[in-house]
Amino acid sequence: MEAFLGNLDKVIDGFSWTVRLTLCSALFSFILGVVLTAMRVSPVPMMRGLATVYVEGIRNTPLTLVLLFCGLGINSALGVALADSVKWDVFWWAVIGLSAYTACFVSESLRAGVNTVPLGQVEAARSLGLTFTQNLRLIVLPQALRSVVGPLGSVLIALTKNTTIASVAGLGVQEASRQMKLMFDQGIAPVIPTFIGFALGFLILTLPTGFFFGWLSKRVAVAR
Amino acid sequence: MTATPLVTLENVDKHFGELHVLRGIDLSVERGEVVVVIGPSGSGKSTLCRTINRLETIDGGAITIDGVPLPEEGRGLARLRSDVGMVFQSFNLFAHKTVLQNVTIGPIKVRKKSKAAAEKRALELLDRVGIANQANKYPAQLSGGQQQRVAIARALAMEPKVLMFDEPTSALDPEMVQEVLDVMTSLAAEGMTMIVVTHEMGFARRAANRVVFMADGEIVEQAAPDDFFANPSSQRAKDFLSKILSH
Repeated sequence: MEAFLGNLDKVIDGFSWTVRLTLCSALFSFILGVVLTAMRVSPVPMMRGLATVYVEGIRNTPLTLVLLFCGLGINSALGVALADSVKWDVFWWAVIGLSAYTACFVSESLRAGVNTVPLGQVEAARSLGLTFTQNLRLIVLPQALRSVVGPLGSVLIALTKNTTIASVAGLGVQEASRQMKLMFDQGIAPVIPTFIGFALGFLILTLPTGFFFGWLSKRVAVAR
Repeated sequence: MTATPLVTLENVDKHFGELHVLRGIDLSVERGEVVVVIGPSGSGKSTLCRTINRLETIDGGAITIDGVPLPEEGRGLARLRSDVGMVFQSFNLFAHKTVLQNVTIGPIKVRKKSKAAAEKRALELLDRVGIANQANKYPAQLSGGQQQRVAIARALAMEPKVLMFDEPTSALDPEMVQEVLDVMTSLAAEGMTMIVVTHEMGFARRAANRVVFMADGEIVEQAAPDDFFANPSSQRAKDFLSKILSH
């Protein structure tokens, strides 16, 4: 345990990257997820088609492949860089891959939420003269979002854990699981306690997330 | 006075799959007129009501509001709908918004009124329907009768040219029907143009200028309420009235 605690700076540095990956990807995947949901309920068939192809395509691709495509494919093979330092370049490519992937699950949750909004709400908004976009923004999505806070919490937990793939899939982001592997490789820490330590670290991140979203979902629930 | 009626329907046809729900409907409603539409279940009266602001599309014929044909889609349709108030059987108040927000959202977002002006007007309207003291509650905290009165205030806040009521009291507990009918009766007395689909014959007698009787997707007869209830001319209207008035 001493060896583990002696390397606490490495552990904390690892988890700081985990948190940064999670927060940035959560933000972008939420935005993209909302856009995809809006497209999937739009009256324009081409919009619906594009969003469906995207969601079904990416969500059924293993995340490792998505991240390899970003890292080895676009970043290395095509040489597209997003930042000057390698550290931040791979970070942003990992964020893009994680966001592109997670957005599908955000969108599927939100779409389930849209289906819980009674048709009467939409009709009432239409009869007031609200346009399609206003209807979506003011009436449908706020109610849909409130009904899927719990599922979105699960998506966020999955995202937190999925950040560990960002280091194995050709993108050497120094997040927690990579720090752990480095500590094993360098033989500076005993395996089992280190392993348990990192697992606890993830629990410390994800358990409160789950509790918070559970509480929030009750708090914002729409009474009918 | 202009001679154009406020609402006209000309030879309107509508199918739900195989079912022919509206068959060649001709109807015109003058400014300030209160038209009550009655008829047995499945006669097409709710559908008729919903075609007038295009919540249901039509397969044939033409509908005009204030001389303007109903637009098919887009902003033109949204603008037209803002002039046609609608009160639903199941109230359909926005569940995530307070009573006050329900009444102000249309004026603010569609009419582009300032929040202050919209709230001032909303409180006047809520006062008028007798629920100003509930302005900050959510719809689920109100009784059905109160919710329906909020729905009426929400429709009135848009200053519509015509108000449609689609069985506004059918989902209410009996003791709450009267409070909603009272509001509707006073609106009628003030000269609001109204098209009311209802089973409340008392309201039809008291407040209507004209009763339209529908059966099987057709307008069978229309007359002033006194004439209609005393001397229905068609056999179907006689049958219908004998069923609802005999007990």
